[in-house]
Amino acid sequence: MRRAAMQGALHPWLALFAALLLLCSQSAHAHKASDSYLNLEVRERQIEGRWDIALRDLELAVGLDGDGDGVLTWDEVRSRHAAIAAYALSRLKLSADGDSCPLQVTSQLVDNHTDGAYTVLMLRGECGAPVTTLALDYSLLADIDPQHKGLLALRHGSSTSTAIFSPEQPRQQLQLAEPSPGRQFLDYLKHGVWHIWIGFDHILFLLSLLLPAVLVWRDRRWHGRDSLRAGAFDVVRIVTAFTLAHSITLSLASLGIVTLPSRLVESAIAASVIVAALNNIWPIVHRGRAWFAFGFGLLHGFGFASVLAGLGLPQDALLLPLLGFNVGVELGQLAIVAVFLPVAYLLRNGVFYRRAVMVGGSAVIALLAGVWLTERVFDLSLLA
Amino acid sequence: MIAFVYPLVLLAALYTGAAHAAPYIPASGSQVLERLPGRLDPAQRELARLRAELTASPNDLPRATELARRYIEQARRDGDPRYLGYAQAALAPWWSAERATAPADVLVLRATLEQSTHSFDAALADLNEVVRRDSGNAQAWLTRATIELVTGDYAAARTSCARLFGRAGDLVIHTCLASVGSVSGTAPASYERLRQVLASRADSPAPLRAWSATLLGEMAERLGKHAVAETHFREALAADPQDSYLLAAYADFLLERGRAKEVLPLLAERTLADALLLRYAIALKTTGSPTAAPHIAALRARFEAARRRGDVVHRREEARFALALDGNPAAAVRLAKLNWAVQKEPADLRILAQAAAASGDAEATRLVRDWMRRHALEDRSLDATLRKLGAPA
Repeated sequence: MRRAAMQGALHPWLALFAALLLLCSQSAHAHKASDSYLNLEVRERQIEGRWDIALRDLELAVGLDGDGDGVLTWDEVRSRHAAIAAYALSRLKLSADGDSCPLQVTSQLVDNHTDGAYTVLMLRGECGAPVTTLALDYSLLADIDPQHKGLLALRHGSSTSTAIFSPEQPRQQLQLAEPSPGRQFLDYLKHGVWHIWIGFDHILFLLSLLLPAVLVWRDRRWHGRDSLRAGAFDVVRIVTAFTLAHSITLSLASLGIVTLPSRLVESAIAASVIVAALNNIWPIVHRGRAWFAFGFGLLHGFGFASVLAGLGLPQDALLLPLLGFNVGVELGQLAIVAVFLPVAYLLRNGVFYRRAVMVGGSAVIALLAGVWLTERVFDLSLLA
Repeated sequence: MIAFVYPLVLLAALYTGAAHAAPYIPASGSQVLERLPGRLDPAQRELARLRAELTASPNDLPRATELARRYIEQARRDGDPRYLGYAQAALAPWWSAERATAPADVLVLRATLEQSTHSFDAALADLNEVVRRDSGNAQAWLTRATIELVTGDYAAARTSCARLFGRAGDLVIHTCLASVGSVSGTAPASYERLRQVLASRADSPAPLRAWSATLLGEMAERLGKHAVAETHFREALAADPQDSYLLAAYADFLLERGRAKEVLPLLAERTLADALLLRYAIALKTTGSPTAAPHIAALRARFEAARRRGDVVHRREEARFALALDGNPAAAVRLAKLNWAVQKEPADLRILAQAAAASGDAEATRLVRDWMRRHALEDRSLDATLRKLGAPA
């Protein structure tokens, strides 16, 4: 029992108080968490705008209350305008395509928001060239109040983009020229192709399913198929089943309907590669490989989702990018098939293909996937 | 006198806040733009002093945790979330530390701040690490119990409260246990037990007595004992007249009893916190006051400002706003359901049931019925609403 020892340091009711905090919703000349309002407009190389920062926050950052009476007069604030501008500009960096766009404060006014008076910094700046992508680094008040947020509205032409800056997200890039729907579709299609090509686990899974496509399992052994068409048909069925399945789960994950922990998904994908490879050495499933591809494809879709999340999808119009990405993956796979199938068909009747490629290749794939599985389950790094 | 004048002053401020005038240059240098919070208040002075000391030696752990703790208390007293940000800043050197290596004091405070933004899972993980290292940390058990209670995990909350035996005072333990018992089927017995413990512990610190008495008032109200509830709320107000949670709870009690007139003087000077402005505006509207409209406009602007920053901790209040002041039951039920997915206290159930009854939303109705059936929650103030929903009252 260590009863008495703790009593001194304890604030036993603090916890409950703190919990009651969240029952008392708060905000604004109200109590509200700290925000600044940054409104910018970009025209070619010119940037103009206003930045509203709460006087209460600036009191902590640069000190405004000269006479310490708890009241801020216009004179007191005005006498600190230079310090306010210097502080604010040191905490906001704009750049376009790698070149910085230096800002100036042309004047300061006053405005009220729900939680009190704000200084309004009128901003002007210029970039080296007409802006297509604007990058912002925002660190206002980050050291004083990590829950502070900068709320940006960026106007360009007839459209406005918004962003929320915080210590977790201090740097963001905003695309000014909105890509046309066709352009966007093509961009994501490229991403799709690229990601299937660099996603080794997906490729190996696919290859494991494709290796037997030019063969037939009869009398407990593999024989070469008689026609390329039958093989090609088999391959396209498998690839399409795989794409359909991962399109479903990729869409579900991207729309936030279903999410799975990524380590679990990655481990399961490695396991699926092992199963597919071993199935070539000791076939259990050979007629229903399209179904097999579909089942495991559901799993692989969750794997693509993290890739897509990293690309920063436009939240308002997901459909076209998703479609583009999925079509891209399908095309990427068919490209791999187009290279693989003719070669495999030519070699199909030789011992080399049936032994070295089919059994040996599958064994190598299974081993490699085994290493991945170990890495992913135990969070290790075995292959540098 | 001041109480009479203040609302008029405030109205001017509310109008400018809500109507968004264009930025201006003040007419004279002596014009007052802003009053800083309680410069002359000793608590604020103390905070400023501690803050200056910590700035000089930011890695001083005892000093940092002390300052963070005080800021959290200040946030709780005023209902001002900026202090939560300052508390987090005080903990900056350890804020992102690995759970396994962070100091226990920091983990407890970090959990407290995490749960204030509804990051309940992260908060529980931090607290579990603390009690894993030291099962004698009463503060951690208490905070854990609170989160489990708010999220409706009553079995776990009861267990956490029980871990306080021999580690915290009687009144703390029984307030903890009664909070759970009163919403999970043993309301009358929990009430009686806590009433006795509070009576025998009249020497406890005022904030603690206020907390226990507030809970007794809420429990009595749910049991339909209105006169007794009134006594408890008044007892709590005598112990701590400024407490914003208590003011909100008592205002709800008065509104529920058709005594909106009494809410006006109670909250007139406390409309800085949304939760209290909400009750004040409902009271104004109920009494047919012509000043209701600007207050409603001000609340709308505040919810809008919170939405812009991506806050989701106001949903319960916002649902009430939509239902009682905005005449929008569809929005109310949507918000009440979103809120219910996160927290499950009697007040959350109340707004969910009322919004369900007003909108006829089948899913909300089902959620209310299931919860009532599963947890044997007794709440007489819900009876009329539940009859409308056809749920077992």
